Amino acid sequence: MSASSTADGARPSAGAGSPLHVADTIDAARDAGRGILVGYLPVGFPDLATSIEAAVALVDNGVDALELGLPYSDPVMDGTAIQRATTAALQAGFTVRDVFAAVEAIRSRVAAPVLVMTYWNPVLQYGAERFAHALRDAGGAGLITPDITPDSAQEWIAVSEATDLERVFLAAPSSTDARLRTTVEASRGFVYAVSTMGITGARADVDAAARGLVGRLREAGARNACVGVGISTGAQVAEVLGYADGAIVGSALVSALADGGVAGVGRLAAELASGVRSRVGDAADAG
Amino acid sequence: MTEPLRLESLIALPGPYFGEYGGRFMPESLVAAIDELSEAYEAAKADPAFTAELDALHRDYTGRPSIMTEVPRFAEHAGGARIFLKREDLNHTGSHKINNVLGQALLTRRIGKTRVIAETGAGQHGVATATAAALFGFECTIFMGEVDTQRQALNVARMRLLGAEVVPVKTGSRTLKDAINDAYREWVTSVETTNYIFGTAAGPHPFPAMVRDFQSYIGREARAQMLERIGRLPDAVVACVGGGSNAIGIFDAFLDDAEVKLYGIEAAGDGVDTERHAASIERGRPGVLHGARSYLLQDADGQTLESHSISAGLDYPGVGPEHAYLADLGRASYQPATDTEAMDALALLSRTEGIIPAIESAHALAGALRLGRELGPEGVILVNLSGRGDKDVATAGRWFDLLDEGAEQS
Repeated sequence: MSASSTADGARPSAGAGSPLHVADTIDAARDAGRGILVGYLPVGFPDLATSIEAAVALVDNGVDALELGLPYSDPVMDGTAIQRATTAALQAGFTVRDVFAAVEAIRSRVAAPVLVMTYWNPVLQYGAERFAHALRDAGGAGLITPDITPDSAQEWIAVSEATDLERVFLAAPSSTDARLRTTVEASRGFVYAVSTMGITGARADVDAAARGLVGRLREAGARNACVGVGISTGAQVAEVLGYADGAIVGSALVSALADGGVAGVGRLAAELASGVRSRVGDAADAG
Repeated sequence: MTEPLRLESLIALPGPYFGEYGGRFMPESLVAAIDELSEAYEAAKADPAFTAELDALHRDYTGRPSIMTEVPRFAEHAGGARIFLKREDLNHTGSHKINNVLGQALLTRRIGKTRVIAETGAGQHGVATATAAALFGFECTIFMGEVDTQRQALNVARMRLLGAEVVPVKTGSRTLKDAINDAYREWVTSVETTNYIFGTAAGPHPFPAMVRDFQSYIGREARAQMLERIGRLPDAVVACVGGGSNAIGIFDAFLDDAEVKLYGIEAAGDGVDTERHAASIERGRPGVLHGARSYLLQDADGQTLESHSISAGLDYPGVGPEHAYLADLGRASYQPATDTEAMDALALLSRTEGIIPAIESAHALAGALRLGRELGPEGVILVNLSGRGDKDVATAGRWFDLLDEGAEQS
């Protein structure tokens, strides 16, 4: 995909050969007997250039896949750490087009797939089809859509099929079995298992509900299930990867970037990556 | 403009979609709770015991039916058209909000939850919810934009007096839209024990249809009162529109009466040609916010714009999806009224009729003044006086410079 892969002295692993889809990264990690670490950062915080550097730093320090947040005025699933950062990005002049520029720049430098996390209205206003093509052309893997569910996403499902983009829907501990099956069937790449009944933000304990939810997702036919919301330490990453295919860290990284800049977020990424190791027991081959 | 011929009734449309508007664009974490509420509502609607209990509550607690008052001295300023006010301001708690809240409170009990949360703009819905919580013995938390807690300080005190916790919301524009965001965030976290009593006919299905149904007492009563009083239906029904619950509540019973024109008055703030207004239908375009597709004030990127109105209850950048549908159909017309027009109408009704309306409702009065001049002396206009103005006395005092030098208003 990325034509200009070696433009600015990219690392040998970057560019044309790097996996476009998170599913491929999960498969490769599964073959190696481990799960993946997914890192979230919003585009444009504290500014576009720094957000790109920070995302590159995540991968350099062991993050396997990136989730880039598209700052939105009404982020109902996000806690204060992410709200504060995305509000700052909007105030600093973020526009939707910056996301495509960021994806392209990041993809030219690191060999990690890049998903975009976005609330639905910005996509709707850009035009779902136009958005999908721009994301695909930039080398993006697909979308995580926190405020739409498969039953409200007919347009996005059709467009993402046509453009071969991954679509990650969320599953919650409160979801019924029937809804989990619908979510699994509609998702591509992985299903995002919300660890707890809550919004984003670091928590001391990742809810036991996450383990149960991942189990139910497997019963519903999920090949790939990644757990997010509340994960902030390497130990929590290790715990989650004992039963899930991926651990998603957001708020903690955003806070690290806000407090310690690119170096700070890199250090936390390295600490989190220390939690990525061979999964416990023989669960790895079960899916 | 002639009405298109319609074969099917527009009354009590079930949702989730109203034409291309509405739907349920929600985080999965809330879908189970919304489904539960939806099913409980469908069951309740079909249960005569539920309706009987709600009717009894409205009779013995709200004070329904609310009266209808003709305002001839006010109408002299409207070209002589006859103007009737549906007096929702006389409901217990002072506005139409109680109609919806008592319905949802009964549902809350029906689904076995013991805590309620709500958003509020002007504080009317928050006060109504806090009132119902006291009546039913629920725990209650109200989310209110920090800007609104300041301009509606009296209502904050009322809610606290009623035993509710009031949380000033400090995110975003710190007004109604952000209060809704924070209420959703709280609901995601506490959904097992908590019901969200949504205050307007917007949001995800089933709220637009359910809130309309709970508010439709207004139109049913007013339609019968009109027939009884003057032997015919009004030429026009006028209501203010923020999210649009009082408007859809009075419109619903008239939707199939093609000869009755329906007017929703949006808050134009400083004017719809400025950046400071809340006229979502007049100046917005379709988008998704707070769970539904509807008209929305937004920028090219789909970021919600901040709305502006002197009226906290109309200061919302979206509008209920059924209004978007009625606007597209041409069944209802939506017109703006500025802060100045609304405040002038507020003063006029106060001085000519001894009725101080809420600033929200004063927008409808401003629309009626304009409309009356078009209709002339033969015209009959029904206005939904959705709330009383006690909460707005401090704002009016500042606007009209009525406060003595050095006087301290709470």
